[in-house]
Amino acid sequence: MAQHEIEVILARHLAEQLVMPIFIVSPSGDLLFYNESAEPILGCRYDETGVMPASELANIFQTVDQDGNPMNPDDLPIMIALTQRHPAHKRFWIRGLDGALRQIDVTAFPLNAQAHRFLGAVAIFWEVHE
Amino acid sequence: MKVKLWGTRGSLATPGPGTIRYGGNTSCVSVEGENGTLLVLDAGTGIRALGRSLPPDLKRVNILLTHLHMDHIEGLPFFAPLRRQGVEVQICGPASTTRSLRKRLLRYLSPPLFPVSLRELVSDVQFNELPSGTFEIDEFSVSAQLVIHYNPTVGFRIQGPQATMTYLPDHEPALGGLSFRSNKEWVSGYALGRDVDLLIHDAQYTRQEYQTRYGYGHSTIDHAFQFAELTGAAHLVPFHHDPDHDDDFLDQMISQKVAEMEPDFQVTPGKEGAVFDLGKGIS
Repeated sequence: MAQHEIEVILARHLAEQLVMPIFIVSPSGDLLFYNESAEPILGCRYDETGVMPASELANIFQTVDQDGNPMNPDDLPIMIALTQRHPAHKRFWIRGLDGALRQIDVTAFPLNAQAHRFLGAVAIFWEVHE
Repeated sequence: MKVKLWGTRGSLATPGPGTIRYGGNTSCVSVEGENGTLLVLDAGTGIRALGRSLPPDLKRVNILLTHLHMDHIEGLPFFAPLRRQGVEVQICGPASTTRSLRKRLLRYLSPPLFPVSLRELVSDVQFNELPSGTFEIDEFSVSAQLVIHYNPTVGFRIQGPQATMTYLPDHEPALGGLSFRSNKEWVSGYALGRDVDLLIHDAQYTRQEYQTRYGYGHSTIDHAFQFAELTGAAHLVPFHHDPDHDDDFLDQMISQKVAEMEPDFQVTPGKEGAVFDLGKGIS
């Protein structure tokens, strides 16, 4: 059994202690972990799903921009963090498993580790009530 | 593979009548291969006696540093082979995000903290920074991986032709939760400790002490047992004893835990001078 890198383990521990929804994804975009606060957004508990492949994740969220148009996945902060390896922030709308449309702020940052190791990215979701 | 404990104390050297049996020297372990390859794990004060025990015609020694806290490097300038011409000394340690391993060691090994600079040592000293990964040292395959502890810290898994041992002297896998997870891939150090013949692991605190030292980067005796069970180690050596724990205290702490947990693996308290001839037993 492979073991996650220590930086990813520590990121999970931090996420578990915080109340805002946090997602940790692998370099290939698989969802490695999400905390309890993120469970309502996904509509399922982490303990039940475990690691979620990137392809499955894309089917769960529908993202639309401020004008109501579907977003290009490459423009999502988490994809920018993964592909361009720099932090990104954006406000947009998502429709989760419950069908409700929510406006959210998302901040994502890459996990660039020592010795030029790239370990994935972390995304923080924040629902906007305006 | 012959493993010998030269220093088992954590944090601070603790000589005195209360620490005669477990020893007062800080972390140092030697691993000797069947072909004579010598690995030295950490350079705490225990390394001085190790250096004096080595033959004068020694040609090469490999020092593997888990991290650069003082209790793991304090004995380095007192390691006799470093002062011998013609000896090749390879010092491996974790990389940092800023200064090189050599520059970080020089912060201690230079005035005013120490009178002699590394530059003045006559042996041939080479520095190798360790990212995560596996490398070969003669007959040994050595895996290094970052583990949970303050500042960049690695653990080592050393595989020889006959046996495998793991060295995790400073390690807090329980950080973030008081119990280990069923998902082993989320446990710090798991890949290093999996199914080893000998596991030398941090066991600095009691459960009560940990309540006020959570996040210090160390394990309780309970955590050490849980980690050994999780990884499937055959033999656990509790190590890195707290300076405030004397021999009688450690006897009681470890024997009580053995009685309480009735582990499937063998437990030998980490005592200075103990030798583990893997495949042949303890002396």
